Amino acid sequence: MPKEKNVTLTVNGRQVTARLPSHRTLLEALRDLGFVDVKRGCEKGDCGACAVLVDGVAIDSCLTLAASVEGRAITTVAGLGDRDAPHPLQDAFAASGAVQCGYCTPGLIVAAQSLLNRTPEPTDDDIRLALSGNLCRCTGYAKIFDAVRAAARALRDGGDAR
Amino acid sequence: MTGTERARDAGANIGYRQIGRPLIRTDAPGKAVGKTPYAGDYTMPGMLHAKVVRSPLASARLERLDVVAARALPGVVCVLTAADLPDRLAPTDIPGQTGQARLKTDQQILVRERVRYHGEPVALIADESRDIAERAAGLVEADYAPLPGVFDPEEALKPGAPIVQGEDNVVAEHRIRKGDVAAGMAEADLVIENTFRTQFIEHAFLEPEVGLAWVDENEVINIRVSTQVIEHFRGIADAVGVPHNKIRIRGALVGGGFGGKEDVTVETYLALLALRTGRPVRLEYTREDSFLGHGKRHPFKMTYRTGVTRYGRITALEVDMIADAGAYVFLSPYVLLYAVVAAPGPYRIDNLKVDARAVATNNMFTSAFRGFGGAQACIAYEQQMDEVAKAIGMDRIAFRRRNYLRTGDPISTGYPIQSAVWTEDCVDRAIEALGAPTPAASPVRIGRGVAAYQQSYGRLTFLHDTSEAWVGVEVDGTVIVRSGVTDIGAGQTSALGQIAVEILGVTLDQVVIYNSDSAVTPLAGTTTATRALYMTGNAVHMAAGAIRERFAARAAEAFGVEAREIEMADNRVFVAGRPELEMSFVDLVTLCAADGVHRSELAIFRAPFSDKLDPETGQGQAHPDYTYGAHAVEVAVDIETGEVTVLKSVGAHDVGQAINPAAVEGQIEGGAAQGQGYALSEEMVYREGELVTPSFSEYLIPTAMDVPQIKSIILESRSGIGPFGAKGIGEPALTPVAPAIANAVADAIGARVHDLPITPEKIVNAIAAAREKEEG
Repeated sequence: MPKEKNVTLTVNGRQVTARLPSHRTLLEALRDLGFVDVKRGCEKGDCGACAVLVDGVAIDSCLTLAASVEGRAITTVAGLGDRDAPHPLQDAFAASGAVQCGYCTPGLIVAAQSLLNRTPEPTDDDIRLALSGNLCRCTGYAKIFDAVRAAARALRDGGDAR
Repeated sequence: MTGTERARDAGANIGYRQIGRPLIRTDAPGKAVGKTPYAGDYTMPGMLHAKVVRSPLASARLERLDVVAARALPGVVCVLTAADLPDRLAPTDIPGQTGQARLKTDQQILVRERVRYHGEPVALIADESRDIAERAAGLVEADYAPLPGVFDPEEALKPGAPIVQGEDNVVAEHRIRKGDVAAGMAEADLVIENTFRTQFIEHAFLEPEVGLAWVDENEVINIRVSTQVIEHFRGIADAVGVPHNKIRIRGALVGGGFGGKEDVTVETYLALLALRTGRPVRLEYTREDSFLGHGKRHPFKMTYRTGVTRYGRITALEVDMIADAGAYVFLSPYVLLYAVVAAPGPYRIDNLKVDARAVATNNMFTSAFRGFGGAQACIAYEQQMDEVAKAIGMDRIAFRRRNYLRTGDPISTGYPIQSAVWTEDCVDRAIEALGAPTPAASPVRIGRGVAAYQQSYGRLTFLHDTSEAWVGVEVDGTVIVRSGVTDIGAGQTSALGQIAVEILGVTLDQVVIYNSDSAVTPLAGTTTATRALYMTGNAVHMAAGAIRERFAARAAEAFGVEAREIEMADNRVFVAGRPELEMSFVDLVTLCAADGVHRSELAIFRAPFSDKLDPETGQGQAHPDYTYGAHAVEVAVDIETGEVTVLKSVGAHDVGQAINPAAVEGQIEGGAAQGQGYALSEEMVYREGELVTPSFSEYLIPTAMDVPQIKSIILESRSGIGPFGAKGIGEPALTPVAPAIANAVADAIGARVHDLPITPEKIVNAIAAAREKEEG
């Protein structure tokens, strides 16, 4: 059997400890721990559906070993906000029609947040580049761009993303 | 620059409160905060993990299959091979919801002896832990003897070609004989012939196939699965060998479908393993499993021979089509029929001859994909329209205008169109929206292209399609909609909610929609064929309308007026111009509840029923109705490298009535991106039947870097046969995009690449060939 060890992850501000084989990816670990808002799309780093924030930067959790991010702040889309208090990006995605099947949405919102953490006033080229690792098959990206622009405005103004 | 324009606002005075508005879809907020469970997010205590072992060869005899070592691996609970299964077949024809006889196309569940395509399942494994599955699969010992295969449909038609299955390789044949083609050709000043080819295309939905099955206390096999079609429960029951009421499919919101989750995927495997082990079983495909596991879009070879006068009137058209059906039949006969019906496009061609065959090969089987044959036909007929215009030296749009089908004209099958045909408006507005040409300097050239289309919505009328929905009003005034419809991401359920609350005069936040459970939600049919809004929307309209009628009668009694004077809107019930006669919707519901007024209704909507088309002439009614529209693009082509950049992309469609304009735009934008991939970058490559593009590193769908700003122009003729005059837009949004891009590239480089995808290499070669020809 592969070697196992206790791994303590900090997910959405909560500490969770699990006994994991050393080769366990962050994607598998998070989903096994119940963070199923992190989506599995390809497990090869091609599609971005599994993106999470690690210390504010989006990474593909399928390409990251769980044990390698111990002690760092992991944020999934559900950690950004909820129905009662949605994050401006979540609000904007819903309000702009940027959500269709929604399977790519968690990864896209995480990628957009990673962008806005570094670049609060992104140009369209900034957005294009930041989202280029996240595949969407439903929307043609048009309303996703609208949503990111609206959320960036809202975050800057402290206003409503709608 | 996403904009909605309303043209010919025939219903400007229609006072809709809920439909026609870009409301936030009921499913969107939950998805945005990561709350929505997809089929793969469900687990159960004691659950096993399953894996499918697949054939590495495309054409072979399975000589030996030894699973002793796999079964002996600690943690392996069950390994199934064909030897363990009763001698049953899995139906692959359309689900039997309509009661129409199925085609005799059932296939083996697991390979018994003959392997017919790369990836065909040979064994199923269920393990205690996901980690064991890979190792167990590696312990399955299989000896294959390669057999001669056939990988090209034209080769497959030649005498002596290996036979994939049955007596010959012809899977389906359809034809049209209309008017007098010989006389039409004789009348022509010029006859133009071209052959166009399209490629295998992968749906590339982001959520791979996944499901969870368990046997419940009533010995019902429950399957929670990502599917477009919960009514496969009948075929799954037949395959497993249980009565139809012992399979229950519980859908979930689907992470993308596009036709790729229209056939059965993991369900039968899950049912067999759950039944055999008595334990819950979960099966999730990897991306490679997904690429290997479900049918692709049919490659077509289409030869068009058009007779035309020098003034641009089409006098006759002859079309020959060959589609690659792959190793099993699945929906090929229907896809082929759609292509045949669509063959002349949105043009009136009275002398028409179409011959089409779908041919078996040892390539991956092909089946449903958004556009369903109609998309392939459009790629041919719209490129041919440009080529014919060029040959007679006529403007491309003027030539089209000379030949458009008009409202009331007979289509290819002789059936007169009942709804409005606004092709001309759509084409003109799409082109107009491109605006001034983008300047460019050598070696970049700018090109423009347009494509118009005719695409059906609703299933083939000979299938006698129906859809059911139930609407109920709770005593606190909230509304429940129940319908088996699956929601594959286009807002199918939300639209049903909008329709119900429009009729009942309440707001969208008052409704909850339960969907896609084959045992408890009224059966609504499939979410395919651009039919969900049309069919189930009409059923909801009927159900809500019946409740409204009863409620209005009760309100009329309370107010002492006629029922027809009662209005319901914004959670209020009132009489216009009589401010004293008003109550809240809840108060009316309370009155109705006290009197025992029936507050719910189950409705069934029936599409028009017809006989099959005449097999000799292809004449008759094929579909309930058609959507018309156009897509226009501007591209930049670097003539040295062959690189294409799509600069502008505009879809203009008459959707009849937009129920939710934001959702309609979403369809148009998504169709624009998918069509761009179809035209330029996507191809599932099979080498001697073996898939050589098994991941998103090789199979390139458009990213945020590739897709331009897309403009949507929504026209509303209110002439459709869906609720409130709606037509369908799901498939139509995709259909004209690839040919518009092909025409734009040809416009830019002055030569045509006849085979999709239009890669840089093909462009450079086409330019070189054109130069050689010029230089003689």
